[in-house]
Amino acid sequence: MGYPHPSHPRETPVLSRYFGDPGARTLDGWRQRGGYDALQQALATDPQELQTIVKDSGLRGRGGAGFPTGMKWSFMKPDGKTHYLCCNADESEPGTFKDREIMRWTPHGLVEGVALAAHAIYAETAYIYIRGEFTEPYAYVTRAVEDAYAAGILGANAMGSGRRVDVHVHRGAGAYICGEETALMNSLEGRRGNPRIKPPFPAVAGLFGKPTTINNVETLTTVPYIIKNGADWYKQFGRPDNPKSIGTKLFSVCGNISRPGNYEVALGFPMGEFLNELCGGPLPGREIKAVIPGGSSVPILTREEAEAAIMDYEGMVAAGTMLGSGGVIVFDDRQDMVRQIARLTRFYAHESCAQCSQCREGTAWTTRIMERIRDGEGTAEDLDTLLAIAENMSGKTICVLSDSCATPVVSGLRKFRHEFEARIAANRSMVTVTGASRAPAA
Amino acid sequence: MSHGPSASGGAIVAAPPTDAHHDVPYEPVFVGTARAELDTILSRYPTKQAALLPALWMIQDARGWISPAAMEEVASVLAITPAYVKGVVSFYTMYHQHPVGRHFIQVCTTTPCNVCGAEDVVKAFLEHTGCADLGLTSADGRFTVIEVECLGACGFATPVMINNAFVDAVTPDAVPRIVSELA
Ligand SMILES: Cc1cc2nc3c(=O)[nH]c(=O)nc-3n(C[C@H](O)[C@H](O)[C@H](O)COP(=O)(O)O)c2cc1C
Ligand code: SF4
Ligand code: FES
Repeated sequence: MGYPHPSHPRETPVLSRYFGDPGARTLDGWRQRGGYDALQQALATDPQELQTIVKDSGLRGRGGAGFPTGMKWSFMKPDGKTHYLCCNADESEPGTFKDREIMRWTPHGLVEGVALAAHAIYAETAYIYIRGEFTEPYAYVTRAVEDAYAAGILGANAMGSGRRVDVHVHRGAGAYICGEETALMNSLEGRRGNPRIKPPFPAVAGLFGKPTTINNVETLTTVPYIIKNGADWYKQFGRPDNPKSIGTKLFSVCGNISRPGNYEVALGFPMGEFLNELCGGPLPGREIKAVIPGGSSVPILTREEAEAAIMDYEGMVAAGTMLGSGGVIVFDDRQDMVRQIARLTRFYAHESCAQCSQCREGTAWTTRIMERIRDGEGTAEDLDTLLAIAENMSGKTICVLSDSCATPVVSGLRKFRHEFEARIAANRSMVTVTGASRAPAA
Repeated sequence: MSHGPSASGGAIVAAPPTDAHHDVPYEPVFVGTARAELDTILSRYPTKQAALLPALWMIQDARGWISPAAMEEVASVLAITPAYVKGVVSFYTMYHQHPVGRHFIQVCTTTPCNVCGAEDVVKAFLEHTGCADLGLTSADGRFTVIEVECLGACGFATPVMINNAFVDAVTPDAVPRIVSELA
């Protein structure tokens, strides 16, 4: 539902059905709402079959990359090795705050999904890695795990199945990069959160060097519903003409919008209606100018582009952007795009783990140039320099944080170039001699 | 990686370590029930090193910050080197390598909150806490204010974290009341 607002009739609340209902937080409350039935059923089912059901359902990862979940699970074979499941609850992508609400309102829903997935990938141990700042979700999830152990749902004989399922909650300590899957594994191992060079991929050598599956909170919380109701039930959600994007998805909406919050809709929802009906449109007397539709790492859309976009993986690509994490950031006509893009690049400069020179230097140079343009000290060459740096930052590093910093700059320059140029034109210190202007000081 | 307290490029000022009182012997944290708690944590992982982040949290919860002597204690308990521990502590923004005010106030100013006026919330906190600048502790030792990157609560702009608690939807008008309620 549109938490903290009442559910809108056009939402499809599956995961968000109990947002705002404190009764769903407790073990008894969760069981009264049908909780842990799916886990019971799954523990009596062969992991191979669970993998097949999830593959058939069409579920794709909700952490940002949209990788098919069943396929990811199928890399995990009954090879007799120790396997691990990691739940990625690091949620730090600006604009995204859906996993927070899942953990705050339905912590047992997450624990159930984690335990189920652990069994499905032949793992006995799962870790839920929660970002350090999420103290309240951490408390609820920790309590849920403790209560599940006390009730025999977790442990050496999970729900009387004869199978061991251990779930541990691990608290991060402040670092966006720990949401990257291999950085998360390093952090869990007690290291600095530097992403690892791939291959080897986690399914081969992940946490503690063992085959590991990592999934997002929303992905894992969805799985019990699929096991309980079947793959065909899940396939009803989505546009009939796009079998590649199936299911409901939580979208977090923030920035300059009348009703910010989390909205759960079937994939394929028209974004114009989403913004203007469900979220109440712009603030009174304002107009929407730009939208970043999938967390801060995806290309910016103009209002016209956003209103014409379809909210699923392919629809967003067709609109020139990505679905990402589903964090929708709205900018209205008061906002200075140069200032806000500069603020985003500063975020990436702050969060770069500094292993790769293109990223460490590129995020810092980009920020310096963006801020001098913001401050009216930019030159015409700065725009070319920004694009050249962006080119050098894309596709060349260990992880995609570097690309993510370049993205708002490149898309912002393409769509709001006039705002950059107006800032530069206002730079009175600039010497305008043809063929000889100030060299970039980056 | 942490590059200082100010997300918008303000002054980065940190107090020097005050742990160098050689006359005050270091009191270990991992004794009695805390040691037992750490042992429980250790049983969850196949390596000792994996308990490093939880152990550092225990130190910070007990002492308010992580001193060089505390890093040595963690290192010896987990059979790693103090330099390794420092390397990890310095990677994560939430571990304090210096004492901070009794109320550690973090205001999100990343873009989604920024467009909702987060910078005015920061200004109001600086003004009402008497902190001279971001990252500096007020003269009475009560407050330290910093800017923080996205707290994962962007729909509740502006979220502010005060020690371990979140306050959602803070506006500049609400700041005097929030500050006055902090002892
Ligand atoms: C810089 C960076 C940050 C990321 N942060 C997160 C995050 O906070 N939460 C998340 O679930 N995935 C995050 N991801 C994606 C993960 O690497 C991974 O793809 C995801 O957790 C897989 O889960 P899924 O298949 O269920 O989506 C991030 C990726 C990158 C490159
Ligand atoms: S791209 Fe940036 S964040 Fe990613 S590994 Fe390289 S330096 Fe670290
Ligand atoms: S940008 Fe402020 S909480 Fe996300």
